[in-house]
Amino acid sequence: MTFVNLHIYVLLMPLLAALAVNVAGRFDRRWIAPLVLGALGFSLSGALLVLARVVQHGALRYTVGNWQPPYGIELVVDHFSALMLVLITLVALLASFAALKSVEQELPGREYLFFTLYLILITGLCGLVLTGDAFNLYVLLEITSITSYGLIAMGKGRAPLASFNYIIMGTIGACFYLLGVGYLYILTGTLNMADIARLLPALDAPFATATALAFMLVGLWVKMAFFPLHGWLPNAYCHAPTGAAVLAAPLMTKVTVYLMVRIILSMYGPAFVFDASAVQDGIVWVAAIAILCGSVMAFGQKDLRRMLTYIIVAEVGYMVGGIFLGTGTGMTGAILHIVNDALMTLCLFLAVAAIIYRQGSVSLVSLQGIYYRMPVTMAAFTLGAFAMIGIPPTCGFFSKWYLLLGGIEAGHWEYVIALLTSSLINAVLFFRIIELAYFGALADGAHHDHAPGERHEAPWWLVKPLVITAMLLIVVGLSTGPLVNNVIRLVLPAGF
Amino acid sequence: MDVFLEEIVGKYNYWAYVILMMIGFYAMIGKRNLVKKLLGMNIFQTAIILLFVSTGVKKGGHIPIVDKYAALAGNLDISQINNPLPHVLMLTAIVVGVSVTGVALAVLLRIYREYGTLEEDEILEKLRR
Repeated sequence: MTFVNLHIYVLLMPLLAALAVNVAGRFDRRWIAPLVLGALGFSLSGALLVLARVVQHGALRYTVGNWQPPYGIELVVDHFSALMLVLITLVALLASFAALKSVEQELPGREYLFFTLYLILITGLCGLVLTGDAFNLYVLLEITSITSYGLIAMGKGRAPLASFNYIIMGTIGACFYLLGVGYLYILTGTLNMADIARLLPALDAPFATATALAFMLVGLWVKMAFFPLHGWLPNAYCHAPTGAAVLAAPLMTKVTVYLMVRIILSMYGPAFVFDASAVQDGIVWVAAIAILCGSVMAFGQKDLRRMLTYIIVAEVGYMVGGIFLGTGTGMTGAILHIVNDALMTLCLFLAVAAIIYRQGSVSLVSLQGIYYRMPVTMAAFTLGAFAMIGIPPTCGFFSKWYLLLGGIEAGHWEYVIALLTSSLINAVLFFRIIELAYFGALADGAHHDHAPGERHEAPWWLVKPLVITAMLLIVVGLSTGPLVNNVIRLVLPAGF
Repeated sequence: MDVFLEEIVGKYNYWAYVILMMIGFYAMIGKRNLVKKLLGMNIFQTAIILLFVSTGVKKGGHIPIVDKYAALAGNLDISQINNPLPHVLMLTAIVVGVSVTGVALAVLLRIYREYGTLEEDEILEKLRR
C-alpha cells in the first residue's frame, strides 16, 4: 500500500467489510461488531491522513485501472472531497456504535443483512465525494439510494410505504440528473468533470447548457429534499429503523448538497451559474421559504424524531440558499454548515436513538422529566440543541454567522430574515423540549420495571459516541478559523 | 408547416423520448395504484435510455467492430462508425434500473402483506383508521 492511493483503500474497506459481514455474520453475529468498527476505524484514519496530505501538497488524482482521463474514470481528492471524506467516515463510525446496539434490539437475527446494506451505503457516500466522472456519480448516487431504500424498508409499520414513496421520488431525481448528464455528453462528448469544465466555456450553446444544469440541479434537489420537493423525507427518516436514521439523516442530504456545490464550482464554474441573476434570486427566495416552512412544520410535530426531520428540511434550505447567494462569505458559510449540520444532526439523532433504546418512544409527552433518568443523554442533547439554535461557542453559531454575513453582503434580506426567524423558532422548539425534560413532572407508565426517578442511562455503546459528538460540536466550533482558512477557502474558486 | 414537420421528423428520437418520459411521469404522479407507479417509473427510465442510445447512432454508420489492420494503418473513417460509449453507459443504467425495480417489488410485497392491498387510497384509508 502506497501513500499515494490511500483514498482507494478508504473507499474499498467498507465494501470489503460489507461482503465479510454478510458471510461471517450469517454464522455468528459476534463477527459483525469488530468487522464494522474495524473497517470504519481504518477508513477514518485513512481519511484523516488523506486530508493532511491534501492540505500539505494539494489535490490528488487517481485513474482507476490506469485508463487515462478523459476516457477512464478518475478519482479526485481536493480539499473539499478530503474534508467530506473525513466527515463521512467520522459520522459513520460514531453512528455505527449506536446502530450496532439498536439494531440488535430492533431487528434481532437480521443484523448481518442490515450491516451489509449499511456498509455499502457508506462506500457509496465515500465514492460520491471522490469521483471525478459525471456518469460514475450517477451510478454511485443510485448505490447510496438503493441501499437506503432497503434500510428504510426494514423498519416497522409504515416504513415500507415510506420507502416506496422515497423510491419513486428518488428515481425521478436520479433520472433527471442522468438526463442532465446526457445533455452535457451530447454537447461536449465527454463525461469527465474536469474535461467538461474545460470544454463548456468554448461552447456556443448557452440555452442547452443551462437546460442540462437545470435538470441536474432539480434532480439533486429531489434527492436532498429541498422544499417543495421534500415530501419523501420526513416519513422515510421517521419510520426507518433507528440505526438507519442515525446514519442517513446526518449524511444523505449533506452529501447531496456537496454534489450540488461540486457541479456549480467544478463543472460549470460560478461565472456561468450566477450569470442569470433573476434565477439566482429566485432560488434564494425559494430557500428562504424552505427555511421558514421547514421550521414552522417542525413546530407542529408531537414527536421529537419527526420534528428533527422537518428541521433537516429547513437546514437544506440554509445550505442551498447560502450557495446561491453567490458571495464568498455565503459559500464559505454553506460549506461550513455542511460539516456542522452533519455533526449537529448526528448528535440529536444519537440522543433520540438512546432514548428510543430505553423507552421505545420519543413523543414529546414521553420526554417529561427524562433528565432524571438519562442525565448524560439529555446534557448532550442540550448541546446539540444549542448548536442547532446557533448559540456560541457551538459550531452552529459560526456557520450561521457566515451565512448571515453573506446574506447581508449580497443584499438578500429575505434570506437573512428567514435565517433569524428560523433560529428563533428553533430556540422555542428546543427550549420547549428542554423545559419538558428538565422541569417536567415525570411521565408515568413509561417504565414498569424501574422507579420513575431512578437513573437509567442507555448502554455505553449509545452514550459514549453521543458524548464524543457533543464534544466535537464545541471543538469544531472553536476551530472554525483554521478550518475555514486551511480548507474551505481553498475550495472556492479564485475571486471569491 | 414545413418547418414544423421538419422539426418533428428531423428530431423524431427526441420527440419519442419526451413523449415516453411524460407518459412515465404521469403514471408515477397521477396513478393511485402502486404497481402502476412502478411501471411508470420503468417507462421513465426507458425513455432516458432511448435518448442516450439514439445519440450514438450515425447516418449510414456501422457497428463499432473494426478491422484490426485497417485501424493500425490508420485509415478508419470515424464518421462511419456508431459511437459505442452511450450504449455501454446505458448497460450500467439498465442494471441500475433493474436493481431499483427489484427493491421496489420487494417493498411492494411487504406493503401487500401489511395492508392486503396495493391501492394507495385504500392503504391511506386503513392508516387513518
